[in-house]
Amino acid sequence: MAGLEDLYREIILDHYRSPRNRGELPTPPAQRVEGFNPLCGDEVVLFVDLHDGTVADIKVSGQGCSISQSSGSMMTAAVKGKSVAEARALIRRFKGLMSIHEQALGGEADQLDEDGADGAGADDPDVKLGDLEALQGVVKFPVRIKCATLSWNTLTQALDEAPA
Amino acid sequence: MTAVEAGRKAATPLDVARVQADFPILARRVHGQRLVYLDSAASSQKPRAVLDAMARFYETSNANIHRGTYQLAVESTEAYEAARRAVARFVGAPDPRGLVFTKNVTEAINLVAASWGGANLKAGDAVVLTEVEHHANLVPWLMLKDKLGIELRFVPMGEDYTLDLTHLDRLLDGAKLMAFTAMSNVLGTLTPIRRITDAAHAAGALVLVDGAQLVPHVPTDIAALDVDFFGFTGHKMCGPTGIGAMWARPELLEAMPPFLGGGEMIRDVRLDGFTTAEVPTKFEAGTMPFAEAVGLHAAVEYLGALGMDAVREHEVSLTAYALRALKERHGDDITIYGPSEPAMRGGALSFTYKGIHPHDVSQVLDQKGICVRAGHHCAKPLLRRLGVGATTRASFYVYNDESDVDALVEGLSDADDLFSL
Ligand SMILES: Cc1ncc(COP(=O)(O)O)c(C=O)c1O
Repeated sequence: MAGLEDLYREIILDHYRSPRNRGELPTPPAQRVEGFNPLCGDEVVLFVDLHDGTVADIKVSGQGCSISQSSGSMMTAAVKGKSVAEARALIRRFKGLMSIHEQALGGEADQLDEDGADGAGADDPDVKLGDLEALQGVVKFPVRIKCATLSWNTLTQALDEAPA
Repeated sequence: MTAVEAGRKAATPLDVARVQADFPILARRVHGQRLVYLDSAASSQKPRAVLDAMARFYETSNANIHRGTYQLAVESTEAYEAARRAVARFVGAPDPRGLVFTKNVTEAINLVAASWGGANLKAGDAVVLTEVEHHANLVPWLMLKDKLGIELRFVPMGEDYTLDLTHLDRLLDGAKLMAFTAMSNVLGTLTPIRRITDAAHAAGALVLVDGAQLVPHVPTDIAALDVDFFGFTGHKMCGPTGIGAMWARPELLEAMPPFLGGGEMIRDVRLDGFTTAEVPTKFEAGTMPFAEAVGLHAAVEYLGALGMDAVREHEVSLTAYALRALKERHGDDITIYGPSEPAMRGGALSFTYKGIHPHDVSQVLDQKGICVRAGHHCAKPLLRRLGVGATTRASFYVYNDESDVDALVEGLSDADDLFSL
């Protein structure tokens, strides 16, 4: 049986209590993208400043549970300064981590983009998840997976909408 | 002796221990803990009487209704129509011909919006709602606004979580319909139905009441309330899913165009047209949930035998206990969104606790076997008005007792231990 300690790892609580990269960026140059979880009313607002093919700066605001907040915080820390290609690879890897179990549990699979978990990169060992591994426990709590993936889907949207 | 038999003897207070024994699900354990079910406002649990009635029906009388001349079909049709009469009686409906079975209250309200609204409203006509409505009594009207260009007006919520009726007459001026919930599923606030109904009728508007949260918990007398449309939903009142009802004045139903078209709702069909059946069948297209109707019949008999006065009394005293216990232990750490006076409310308690997100609160409570709802409770405009994205909601019913409240009070301290900064 999954216990609460599987879900609320110390590192997750740490990001929840002291979120990284919280706030806003001036738009433009940054883009502002909103994501919603209609189920629970969680919302995330991402400010992404793309520069020469890299995520030059990223901030997150909005409201949500500890899982969506900490996932967003860890995500910003992981992608800041990375190239867009690296950021996309990380998104694929993270969503792969979340979706495999989701399907196994018969939950409604999170919509994967075309190059989602089944595509290249979903389990690319070269893409390191680091602290993000701590979110693995979320898959034992299927209703919370959407909380964990909210900011990642929003980042995908920001990258997709970015002017070429 | 079951609780039902005990209740028949006298209008005595609810014997909760006996009621609990009537609900098989309460015997199960969750995460190794006693099940503490505090989400009856979302859907109630079912007594054995309801489960047995449905099983017995399937085992002995099952056949499609209104269609065959053979014995099973006769019994099945009789059971369905007996359910209609019993349910109508339970809510004090003046005429069972006005009771249309639907899938749930959402469909019941959609029926009125599409059929009555479609035939009687045009661009610029006003429908008055309130700020506290469940999406079920908001979205169908927003759809009509998009389709026909009707105007929607809203009775605001006052500072004490009751409806602010100060400008009711002005809001009703020229309106065609006033539609409101009898009890907020978020705040628990009971609506002064008769007062609003009288004002609406004086202004020439019809009245629709969403009784989803009232009928399960408070003695309901539609005739005395004098409303024109009254919807409710079976699964919140000890009945099965898949059945609800809209009671409407039969003369209104007679004048309304059909809602869904298909089998059963017709008198005659030719290749170039159709005529409709008499009410209420006119609004019951296709094979209806007749086994569920049998289950709902058993549910209203069960509640009737407990005595709805006793049910209400039990919930008022349990809600009073909960309000006291939560405040005593958690003080200013807990914000309860709803009236503080138990007599003015039902047993749905929405709250936020120490800035901990309701998802996290409910996850911690789940580990202790406690089921509460976390989220926006299908009332997003109200939550926005309250200035919160989500709340945790505990709601009580006939099988809950003070030990359930104590578990909740204790469980919140666990959430505090885990999440406090
Ligand atoms: C006040 C109110 N109205 C409408 C509904 C919708 O009920 P149903 O989903 O059974 O149609 C609910 C419950 O979810 C409710 O609490």
